Amino acid sequence: MTNVRRDFRDEELLADVIARLIGDVRHVAVGNASPIPATAALLARERGKGRPYVSLLGSPKNTFWTDGARELFDCAGQGRIDVFFLSGGQIDGQGNVNLVSTGDYEHPKVRFPGSFGSAYLYYVVPKVILFRVEHSRRTLVPRVDFISAPGASEQNVYRPGGPIALVTNRCLFSFAGGRFTLTSVHPGHTIEEVIEHTGFDFERPAAVPETPAPSPDTLRLMRETVAPQLTEVYPQFARQVFGVGQAARAR
Amino acid sequence: MFQPVKSLDDALAAVTDGCTLVVPREVSGVPMAATRALIRRGVKRLHLVALPTSSLQADLLIGAACVATLETSAVSLGEFGPAPRFAAAVIAGAIKMLDATCPALHAALQAAEKGVPFMPLRGLIGSDLLKYRGDWKVIDSPFGNADPIVLLPAIKPDVALLHAPMADRFGNVWIGRQRELATMAHAAAKTVVTVEKIHDGNLLDDPVLAAGTLPGFYVESIAVAERGAWPLPLPDHYAADPEHLAEYARLAATAEGFADYLERYVYDKRAA
Repeated sequence: MTNVRRDFRDEELLADVIARLIGDVRHVAVGNASPIPATAALLARERGKGRPYVSLLGSPKNTFWTDGARELFDCAGQGRIDVFFLSGGQIDGQGNVNLVSTGDYEHPKVRFPGSFGSAYLYYVVPKVILFRVEHSRRTLVPRVDFISAPGASEQNVYRPGGPIALVTNRCLFSFAGGRFTLTSVHPGHTIEEVIEHTGFDFERPAAVPETPAPSPDTLRLMRETVAPQLTEVYPQFARQVFGVGQAARAR
Repeated sequence: MFQPVKSLDDALAAVTDGCTLVVPREVSGVPMAATRALIRRGVKRLHLVALPTSSLQADLLIGAACVATLETSAVSLGEFGPAPRFAAAVIAGAIKMLDATCPALHAALQAAEKGVPFMPLRGLIGSDLLKYRGDWKVIDSPFGNADPIVLLPAIKPDVALLHAPMADRFGNVWIGRQRELATMAHAAAKTVVTVEKIHDGNLLDDPVLAAGTLPGFYVESIAVAERGAWPLPLPDHYAADPEHLAEYARLAATAEGFADYLERYVYDKRAA
């Protein structure tokens, strides 16, 4: 699996994986600081000829809200958002995410930006896809230091939503029954490497397939049609990954 | 007659030391010129509520030692990285942090808007946020069957501070589709607004404009500040200034660099 010749970037593979996880749904919303999920959502919309509806936070072109930012959360509370994405400074094996800090909350070692909408959206959006590009024992830990949002809730807590998968730069995990299961390992990576760099225990079937590489059609769609749409919210990402700048946006 | 249009410094008189100040998220009309003016004036001990997140504005106010308490869901420079002064202040224990989640802040301001003491919200149960928010309570829903739900007390700011495309001489402010600005203003005791320009005539006379207008009834004072959201964007009007934000991220990484930034872009009024 080493020394494979690749004609795609990690970000393109991850966006393709996430686009497949999105599936056939009505409405995908993408939060702050999520350029790869944004790429995936727009790719899914291109493939679906306009379905799903995509809401990109921070993009006037790709949000229909006319009642303020709260409309996103009100929509989600009613079940009008099918897919959302969350990351974390730390993610643990129970699907808990930490967006706040490491160490003791009152005397933190590292402070992250904060919980954003996680402590609500993780509960009410049916398919939450976790993504964390850096797959290491620093990020994928046995137990998070602070639970911004829990992977699972007590029986009596209102919880129509929660995690379905975790995508990293090394592999794809699915999430069910309170645990992660290794689903596929990305080209150029190995199961041994995934075990070595994961701080939590996970299920593993006898044979773990390789994540399929993005097809030439998918790569073309991403680079030619999706990338220019990313410049509005993620100009740096669009430039670094796809070499697309402001000129492409004006085109 | 009510004459709301003032100089920037006069308009900001309502923002007093120790007041609870609500400001909007990084992309919906952040009053950056006003923020720089407040830092120049040396405002102190703010209880800053960022609805529901913030970027440069909160980081600047914290770095310049204007903030005692910060109530928000996140502070980040987005693509330009973490908010360095915010992170340093939290680690040093220099500010009191009231960590929230985005819809909790929207809901708590909506409670104030309605004049009710609290608002219920789904989610949150099992999050450590609840553990550190003694003011948030879990009750058994009176309409459910063993259905726990969180109650959030109303947030009643002393002042809402926002930037918008235009206002008229009657104090009406056109906010367009940035409706959270109206929620802020409805919830706050006083609202201070900076605008790109003054509109001739009355915004409420035209039904198309009126639908996107915050009525002057809620507005304390207005000041004209052209490009008043710079280097952040004014939605549907101008984009963020990525070069400047990258420079800020680089300088604010250290206390010395941040002091240099303040000198160049805040205290030197010509640059601002």
